[in-house]
Amino acid sequence: MKVPISWLSEHVDIPAGTTVEELDEAFVRLGFEVEEVLRAPVTTGPLVVGRVLDIEELTGFKKPIRYCQVEVGEEAPRGIVCGARNFAVDDLVVVALPGAVLPGGFAIAARNTYDHVSDGMICSVRELGIGEDHAGILVLGEVGFTPGTPAAGVLGLDDVVFDLEVTPDRGYAMSLRGIARDLAGALGVDWRDPAALTPPAWSGEPGWAVEVADPARCDRFSMLAMEGLDPAAPSPWELRRRLAQCGIRSISLAVDVTNIVMLELGQPMHAFDRDTVTGPITVRLASAGERLTTLDGVDRALTTDDLLIADESGPIGLAGVMGGASTEIGASTTAVLLEAAHWEPAGIGRGVRRHKLPSEAAKRFERGTDPDVTVVALARAAALLAEHGGAHVAGAPVDLDVRRPRPAIALDAGRPGRIAGVEYPPSQVVEVLQAIGATVEGDGQQLQVTPPSWRADLTDPADLVEEVVRYLGFDEIPSVLPTAPPGRGLTERQRRRRSIGRALADAGYVEAPSYPFVGEAQLDALGLPADDARRHLITLRNPLSEEAPAMRTTLLPGLLGTLARNLARGQRDVAVFEHGAVFPGGPRTQAPVPGVDRRPDDDVLAALLGAVPEQPWHVGVVLAGNVEPRGWWGPGRAGSWADAVQAARTVAAAAGVELTVRAGELAPWHPGRCAELLVGDGAEATVVGHAGELHPRVCAALDLPARTCAMELDVDALPAAPVAVGPHVSTFPPVLVDLALVVADAVPAADVEAALREGAGELLEVLRLFDLYTGAPVPAGSRSLAYALTLRAPDRTLTGEEANAARDAAIALAVERTGAVLRA
Amino acid sequence: MSGANDPYDPKQVAALSAEALDAAVHAATEAFAAAGDLDALAAVRPAHLGDRAPILLARRELGALPPHARSDAGKRVNAARVAVTEAHAARLAVLEAERDERVLRQERVDVTLPWDRALPGARHPLTTLTDRISDVFVGMGYEIAEGPELEAEWLNFDALNTGPDHPARSLADTFFVAPEDSGLVLRTHTSPVQARTMLERRPPIYVVAPGRVYRTDELDATHTPVFHQVEGLAVDRGLTMAHLRGTLDHLARQLFGADALTRWRPHFFPFTEPSAEFDVWFPEHRDGPRWVEWGGCGMVNPRVLVACGIDPEEYTGFAFGMGIERALQFRSGVGDMRDIVEGDVRFTSAFGVEQ
Repeated sequence: MKVPISWLSEHVDIPAGTTVEELDEAFVRLGFEVEEVLRAPVTTGPLVVGRVLDIEELTGFKKPIRYCQVEVGEEAPRGIVCGARNFAVDDLVVVALPGAVLPGGFAIAARNTYDHVSDGMICSVRELGIGEDHAGILVLGEVGFTPGTPAAGVLGLDDVVFDLEVTPDRGYAMSLRGIARDLAGALGVDWRDPAALTPPAWSGEPGWAVEVADPARCDRFSMLAMEGLDPAAPSPWELRRRLAQCGIRSISLAVDVTNIVMLELGQPMHAFDRDTVTGPITVRLASAGERLTTLDGVDRALTTDDLLIADESGPIGLAGVMGGASTEIGASTTAVLLEAAHWEPAGIGRGVRRHKLPSEAAKRFERGTDPDVTVVALARAAALLAEHGGAHVAGAPVDLDVRRPRPAIALDAGRPGRIAGVEYPPSQVVEVLQAIGATVEGDGQQLQVTPPSWRADLTDPADLVEEVVRYLGFDEIPSVLPTAPPGRGLTERQRRRRSIGRALADAGYVEAPSYPFVGEAQLDALGLPADDARRHLITLRNPLSEEAPAMRTTLLPGLLGTLARNLARGQRDVAVFEHGAVFPGGPRTQAPVPGVDRRPDDDVLAALLGAVPEQPWHVGVVLAGNVEPRGWWGPGRAGSWADAVQAARTVAAAAGVELTVRAGELAPWHPGRCAELLVGDGAEATVVGHAGELHPRVCAALDLPARTCAMELDVDALPAAPVAVGPHVSTFPPVLVDLALVVADAVPAADVEAALREGAGELLEVLRLFDLYTGAPVPAGSRSLAYALTLRAPDRTLTGEEANAARDAAIALAVERTGAVLRA
Repeated sequence: MSGANDPYDPKQVAALSAEALDAAVHAATEAFAAAGDLDALAAVRPAHLGDRAPILLARRELGALPPHARSDAGKRVNAARVAVTEAHAARLAVLEAERDERVLRQERVDVTLPWDRALPGARHPLTTLTDRISDVFVGMGYEIAEGPELEAEWLNFDALNTGPDHPARSLADTFFVAPEDSGLVLRTHTSPVQARTMLERRPPIYVVAPGRVYRTDELDATHTPVFHQVEGLAVDRGLTMAHLRGTLDHLARQLFGADALTRWRPHFFPFTEPSAEFDVWFPEHRDGPRWVEWGGCGMVNPRVLVACGIDPEEYTGFAFGMGIERALQFRSGVGDMRDIVEGDVRFTSAFGVEQ
């Protein structure tokens, strides 16, 4: 909402000397964010109103040129050359005299041009920096200003326009009237309500036949017919200037008048060309299949939720949103029907969004207008059209008013103070409520508050509380820290997420959260088979991009995208991780939509919560390039499948959970280099994720380096961590034993290790694979695994016999289970 | 060698004479001092402390002395032996120290060599800043509440006094899940977590809900369709706007320094009444101390309490919320939102594991 201070000052006694900064602060305190403070660009030097006395048409040049005699309040008129043609003798214009400098450093001097001395310049709106219009020069009209008057005031060059953001609840503030009331309150000064006018006592038959068929959507409809409008009458400059300052284009006198009344009173109006309206007007819902061409020239299909102004020809306006083209005011219009109505706000909002038509009128109706001022607005517009267009009212106004009385709101006068944490005396509460226009009854403590007609937003005690606190100032509220009861701290799940993030970061991974949107193409690139559960997607009705219309079921597309972006930007060694929700699809139940007047029943609530799909928390890593860079210590070490598996172990360790690893096969991993990650033992074991090297086809499809590796696991599937048990620490000496076993390549090292552990029994303290060897003399198809065992007893020094027995038992079990052969 | 019982005068055993012993001590001291390194010292040691050294030989003569003389001579021999041993030890210590110093000097390395063999990882600053904010509230006794990102429309809107005709509930602002009657949206704020908390628990409630939220904005320097918020909710007897201000001021000081505080501007949110937007005074702003727009807050609208089964006559509540991206932008001077969302490791690495 743009508010020129010159206009506002006509209604509010703004104290002399009030600075723009002080006004800015006052608006912000009231809850009107100041988006911009607009001032006209600076013009210096003599700029005056002039009257055109004579026009001499110069010929013989490439274009028609005029040499004008212009009276500028001096003894003799000045001769000025002008290329524009949109003015006539007796018109008042704006003249920049020699010495003036217009915006953009445009200095005016007397100069010889077209064989004449031009002693100044007649200015266009654009040259003055107050608009874009440059089709002709600015014509102020024929009356109203004396030649020689400094033009700055006339043009509003010294004015300041505040562009205020009005929140959706404050419809009343979409008008000079509403802003003036609030500002007067904030400044503690007097103001005059522009709506405080008494409409004339029009008499006669109603000016037109009107019926409202849908009073629920329109509880007041007022209309006034006018005749005798001079279609050539221009809008006076004052009116055009204000519209321009408020960001509204001047169109014609009739339309400009409705717009100026809207800005002033907050009541949007519409003017129909009466002679194009056929028969009685009906306010009704559209029928299926009806169409309307609106003023913007768009032919619109209507729905049965669209409220219309219709006549016998059909729709002639989309109620409260935009008029129709067939009844538009034109260059020959001499009779008009002025409409001012009160529409149900939510219906207007639906129409605006359906037709994508956020008009100035709709902006106000959607927020709620003052139903009391429809006829006042008609009277105001009628007066302006009479004054400037010679029109007169024909017949009595139509005023179909089916409003119900507004219920009073019960308010305990102590409540605002109890909510704010500030002591407000009850009398002060009453004063504030009266200042915003409410009627207050009651004993001074238990109040009955009837909000003013322009405040549709005030329905609950809480709304009144807000008005009191806002009016008396949020700055009055002290700062007091409340005492919460003792809390439980972070939950195990929250702790676990932090630990996992820290552990992966400590292990060299950089966290990279990505947008959780995916598309089929990304899943195709990962080579997921048609029946893969990760292809069951939850799709969005209005995705950002048609390429990624669904929610992710795996973290890998996002991670690989991040990896690719980093590589494209010149990184070579990249290891990133992400943890976050994934959104598996599958069958869903419908979420119920309970009411909001009370807590939903437990069953309904359970159904509601149950309809929200599970969104498990996953963690994933991808890596390419070296995980250890080359340096003076030697060459670097390329990341491998083993790093990806280790990342899973790091996650499990951070979560306090044991992870087992076995060979697996799942897209997008390399079938021979994919680890399945499990928790639990034996039949209870559950696969929680996978890790390894990506399938070469996936690397090729995504244009990633060969041997890019990845891991993903479901953090929510990890069991709770048991409380760690402190081991007994033996102080007796250990016995260290090394042994090497030759096993077939197909035997997993994990099996050999498990057999050795079990065979060695309780004396085994540490078992570590310290070497892996293939090649002669180890036969082809086999490999040698060398282990270091630390044996130790809790209560004594082991004898050589005991240690040997444990070693032999370990070997025996490994031989038995895995076909291992002890290497000599 | 004399027989055991011969009546000797010890002074007549030349080797035990004071002069001889002094000479032996002197010779040893000289020899040790002359030894230039540990090898030389080791080489001369047997001559003065070995079995054939003069003092050791002299000691053997003691047995031949009569008992009355033995004590005297014994003391002399011992003193001489101690003197030689000490002289050797002292010289040895000096030479060892010299050797140690030389060896350590030879083992000198260039400690400025890099050893960045492990690539440095990092947590995303959104994560670490979220944790930091959460910790401030945990320290006040709050709990961290969570809820799903894909949320029931009723919890995201209706329960929060945002009726079916509210503009925010359009395809132009909110991501809706297909099909049209799914009743599911991507949550547009973390407020549904507040609704869930109130539906699940009885007051007193003190929770904060950090998390990821969605709105249909295009990514540019100041907007992202996927972003993070942290919201707080307190419902208790007698809570006021003063308590809300106290809480926000406390958070501001924890994040932005002891001189930080908040300023409120009246605003509108469906789920709070009164409502305000708040700015924070940030003395460390890279463009100089200033007020920075930060978030929204207010007293929980009684209608929301009712929809969640809490009696608004008995309890009041306050709620607040702010964007974490925004806080990160001004706290850490991040000019372009795209740097926060694109996952460039150069950006994130600058923040390390903790922030």
